[in-house]
Amino acid sequence: MGQKKIDIKQVRQVAKLSRLDLSEAEISQFTGQLGAILEYVEKLNQLDTSKVEPLAHCLPINNCLRKDEVKQSLGTEKTLANAPDKDEQFFIVPKILEEPGGF
Amino acid sequence: MSKEILKLSCRDLQAKIAKGEVKSGDAVSAVFGRIEKYDGQIGAFLSAFKQDALKRAEEIDEKIAKGQSVGALAGVPIAVKDNMCTTFGATSCASKILENFHSPYNATVIEKLLAADAVIIGKTNLDEFAMGSSTENSGLKKTVNPWDKDRVPGGSSGGSAAAVAAQMCFASLGSDTGGSIRQPASFCGVAGLKPTYGRVSRYGLVAYGSSLDQIGPLTKDTADCALLLNVIAGHDEKDSTSVDEKTAPLCDFLSGVGKEVKNLKIAVVPQLFDGADSEIVAGVKSAIEIYKKLGAEIVEIEMPHFEYAIAAYYLIATAEASSNLARYDGVHYGHRTKNAGDYIEVYAKSRAEVLGTEVKRRIMLGTYVLSSGYYDAYYLKALKVRNLIRSDFTAAFGKADCIMMPTSPTTAFKIGEKTADPLQMYLSDVYTIAVNLAGVPAISIPCGFDNKNLPIGLQIISPAFGEEKLLRIAGMFESQTDFHKKKPEL
Repeated sequence: MGQKKIDIKQVRQVAKLSRLDLSEAEISQFTGQLGAILEYVEKLNQLDTSKVEPLAHCLPINNCLRKDEVKQSLGTEKTLANAPDKDEQFFIVPKILEEPGGF
Repeated sequence: MSKEILKLSCRDLQAKIAKGEVKSGDAVSAVFGRIEKYDGQIGAFLSAFKQDALKRAEEIDEKIAKGQSVGALAGVPIAVKDNMCTTFGATSCASKILENFHSPYNATVIEKLLAADAVIIGKTNLDEFAMGSSTENSGLKKTVNPWDKDRVPGGSSGGSAAAVAAQMCFASLGSDTGGSIRQPASFCGVAGLKPTYGRVSRYGLVAYGSSLDQIGPLTKDTADCALLLNVIAGHDEKDSTSVDEKTAPLCDFLSGVGKEVKNLKIAVVPQLFDGADSEIVAGVKSAIEIYKKLGAEIVEIEMPHFEYAIAAYYLIATAEASSNLARYDGVHYGHRTKNAGDYIEVYAKSRAEVLGTEVKRRIMLGTYVLSSGYYDAYYLKALKVRNLIRSDFTAAFGKADCIMMPTSPTTAFKIGEKTADPLQMYLSDVYTIAVNLAGVPAISIPCGFDNKNLPIGLQIISPAFGEEKLLRIAGMFESQTDFHKKKPEL
């Protein structure tokens, strides 16, 4: 981690990766606040973890497999019920492909 | 009569309803009397279902009149945090992005409450997506503490805690990712249990930090926590992280409450008391004295990695949140911007227009720590420290049955006191967060009041899947004290 605190350029890049269209005021606010939080978490480097395994979860189980059985699903109507834009069968979004007939 | 009903515990109310001595309809009317009178000031509820609740109560009363058998929560008015999916009403997570979202299915805990004949009366306020420690991050409503309306109820399950404290329901469900059941329970003077990770199905709980989230009850006392745990615990094939009953056998959590734990050994961590207000330390220490008088042995231990929990948590939880909240894309459900040129802008503007500042901040932090070049230094490092924190708990439980410490370093703080500095807000979770990282269960029960008449919480932590003993230990304290019986004057 070293001395690396986050700068405004990095915050802009993270906002892009996060798909958040932030205002300049937010970008500048977050640059300071994220910097302070990242400085605080530096304290983890006081610990030698070279021989420690990462722990992703605490459960005494690993894989959970169920039987491959067909079950009732929600169905189209319920699945689309909360969509902001839709027709009878599909979610509607702006065009994604640049070239017509791009398939 | 409604005053008498409101004083009852869930189990006494259920017993009286099941015998026909009290009508569920009267219990529902009594809590709506309170809601209509006081929730304008308290702000605990985001939605309430009076007509549906009265109708359901009538159906349960009819079943009883016909002599049919009824469930463990028959006719009991219960509130649920608004991050659990219900087919009735909205499921908003107190976020403008989901303000009008209507779930097509019920969370498993909702199905279980209904199967036990509970009456779900409404859905309670929270910090947006359960991200916060004061409920001030709600995008929809302000909730205040019933003990002092200038103060926060705690968070993120602040509405659930305030509703129980103000007797606007008999019990509620909350969720706890870093203390979000226990800390508001402590601030509002009620009992709040975070079960072991895996004990209760998370199916239908809107995800925040998936390796940490767990649903649990907030109630008037420990025995009611046990009763609700009886109803909601157990394996669910729809949640692969809910543990099968061979690994974690179920039992009747309620029947043991009231029975002493013999040869009880309590671990305390003297160094951890340094960080709490003196009145909190005094309250918790006098609670431990009561256990001593009951014959418990106190073992002083060290937990050398405990102080690293907040740092590890805010890397792990935000990393998980950044992934979980990617689903709010303005396409499948929720708010969509009217100002998008292309599909990328649909995502970026829909999210930016309505998500609150704390949610954005956590998505940003999580995205950063998972991004290329920083993953090892931050996220992986935090997971390794998580293992060290868990090993502190394993070592502690080798020496004692439970660990006792404060739930929170302060009593309820003033509204607005910590909103300007997110790091200060994070630090208020210093005692609760390590428990989530270790996956173990813990309860907060009232153990005193400070000089402003604000409740102090005692936190008791036990080994994984040790809820039966944990609840018995908490019950021992309640049998000697009446802090849990004190109610705020509204």
